[in-house]
Amino acid sequence: MALSTESIDAIKEAAARYPHKKSAILPALTIAYRQIGYLYDDLYIEVADAIGVSPNEVASAATFYTMFPKQKVGKYLIQVCTNISCGLMGAESLKEYLLKKLNVKEGGISEDGLFTVVSVECLGSCTTAPMMQVNQTYYENLTKEKVDEILNDLREKG
Amino acid sequence: MEKKILFANIDDPGQPEIDTYISKGGYESFKKVLKEMKPEEVIEEVKKSGLRGRGGAGFPAGMKWSFVPKDSPKPKYLVCNGDESEPGTCKDRVLMEHDPHLVVEGMAIAAYAIGANHAFIYIRGEFDHPANQMRKAIGQAYDKGYLGKNILGTGYDLEMIVHTGGGAYICGEETALLNSLEGKPGQTRIRPPFPAVEGLYACPTVVNNVETLSNVSLIIKNGGEWYASIGTEKSTGTRIFCLSGHVKNPGNYELELGTPLSYLINDLGGRVIDGKKLKAIIPGGSSTPILLPDKIDTPLDFESIAQAGSMLGSGGVIVMHEDTDMVWVARTLAHFYMHESCGECTPCRQGTKWIYDILSRITFGEGKMDDIDLLLDLCDNIDGKTICPLGDAAVIPIRSTINLFRNEYEYYIKTGKPLVNNKFMSFV
Ligand SMILES: Cc1cc2nc3c(=O)[nH]c(=O)nc-3n(C[C@H](O)[C@H](O)[C@H](O)COP(=O)(O)O)c2cc1C
Ligand code: FES
Repeated sequence: MALSTESIDAIKEAAARYPHKKSAILPALTIAYRQIGYLYDDLYIEVADAIGVSPNEVASAATFYTMFPKQKVGKYLIQVCTNISCGLMGAESLKEYLLKKLNVKEGGISEDGLFTVVSVECLGSCTTAPMMQVNQTYYENLTKEKVDEILNDLREKG
Repeated sequence: MEKKILFANIDDPGQPEIDTYISKGGYESFKKVLKEMKPEEVIEEVKKSGLRGRGGAGFPAGMKWSFVPKDSPKPKYLVCNGDESEPGTCKDRVLMEHDPHLVVEGMAIAAYAIGANHAFIYIRGEFDHPANQMRKAIGQAYDKGYLGKNILGTGYDLEMIVHTGGGAYICGEETALLNSLEGKPGQTRIRPPFPAVEGLYACPTVVNNVETLSNVSLIIKNGGEWYASIGTEKSTGTRIFCLSGHVKNPGNYELELGTPLSYLINDLGGRVIDGKKLKAIIPGGSSTPILLPDKIDTPLDFESIAQAGSMLGSGGVIVMHEDTDMVWVARTLAHFYMHESCGECTPCRQGTKWIYDILSRITFGEGKMDDIDLLLDLCDNIDGKTICPLGDAAVIPIRSTINLFRNEYEYYIKTGKPLVNNKFMSFV
């Protein structure tokens, strides 16, 4: 079993909230990937058991939604918005800066296992561009100094 | 002009707390409808206000509610759309983060009006903080007895549930959203049947945007006529405009409808950065046609913007200055629509990829002169030929950039280089 008891309880609680338990699939996948870091086939079976639906139903939803990582990523997943408003404010150069500074390829994991950098579509933070999301947290109005500080803090936390 | 009705308390850090919200008259509207108004009267008041949907299409809210069959034995559902993923748009997030009870109260009144005992708010998965703010607010409302069973002894029951998504743009489209809420892939449904008749779990369902519903308690409190007196005759009330791109003061601004675009960009936005010249404006999120600077005095209301050749859309106003490469704009947005096509309809799935490939070829210096017409041809073969409007939206930036900036495409193809080199492309 990869899912912790807390995760399973949280999934069961989510399933009980809905008129139809199948609706809990997305919240359950959210709980699962936040605990494990990414999603994979065997995990779908565990999630399905916790909700009480078929693994196929879980898999077909999971594979559709790109927000859930399907392979191992660094402890900190850095998602840089490269859509229009952020692009106008220098998102490409922000991404290049991160890749160079962390010495990773897009989608890869840094040597210390801490960081993965990917580009994503608009994150609904267009008036505070350029921006990035690190795991669940938004960092906005980014400058080089801010990015350096954020990376240092994350490295210190380990 | 700037007019803060939704944003009246947006700067108060205590606003997300229910006691603060109540101390300013919050939940009085919900109490009033429960104790003094029949559901039909609530719908009537909202109709009187002229409130139109803020999610993109601008459909009258009261009319949508009245489509829910009253005699249906099935349960009815209210769904608040907090997917907010139209590029350039970030207003619903502000409401959910800074005034979550305004959203909760609006949802509760709408649910009562359509006879729903369950209300959902679908929030895009990346919006962790807004979702937490909403969960906290809903929890507080339960504690005060504004949600749950037999609310304030009136016999009305209402459960409210926060549902978070999985990062798919298409889930903002209401039928895809409903599939997603049912735990399925976010693919769209053929309409009719419309959600008002057959929506969530095949039951009558109303889907409204966060900003739309946030207006509802204010309409009940001050009256539909008061609301209708704001804005223009057909575009009543205010809207939150998300001003982004090359302006000095980007941000979310609430304006009375009918306020000129120039007021937003120049007076509030502080004009284009670095003293550059304005080149192009996308007025309503990435799915709306580009306007040239000569349209800057257009009043921001549904009708005037349509007359100027675009749409008010989702309120995302994206400003571009003279150093913007319009082929890059097209390619950036083409990538978005390709990535977000749900894959259900062939013209959209294949067409968006094809468009992106051609634009990439052009920007890699390998374009052919025929590519421009090929792009337009592809647009014709997507537009109107798909189940949902994502395909129609995807062709808008392509057609729009070709119509207005064809010379930039031609130059790129001839020389392998952009006519204008994005000089803003550095954040450092
Ligand atoms: C591709 C696509 C994406 C959409 N995204 C959103 C969205 O993120 N938020 C939203 O409220 N409406 C969105 N809509 C509009 C919804 O389908 C629906 O019309 C709206 O939520 C209805 O609410 P309203 O009448 O209050 O505007 C989208 C529509 C399409 C076609
Ligand atoms: S364009 Fe980057 S957050 Fe919207």
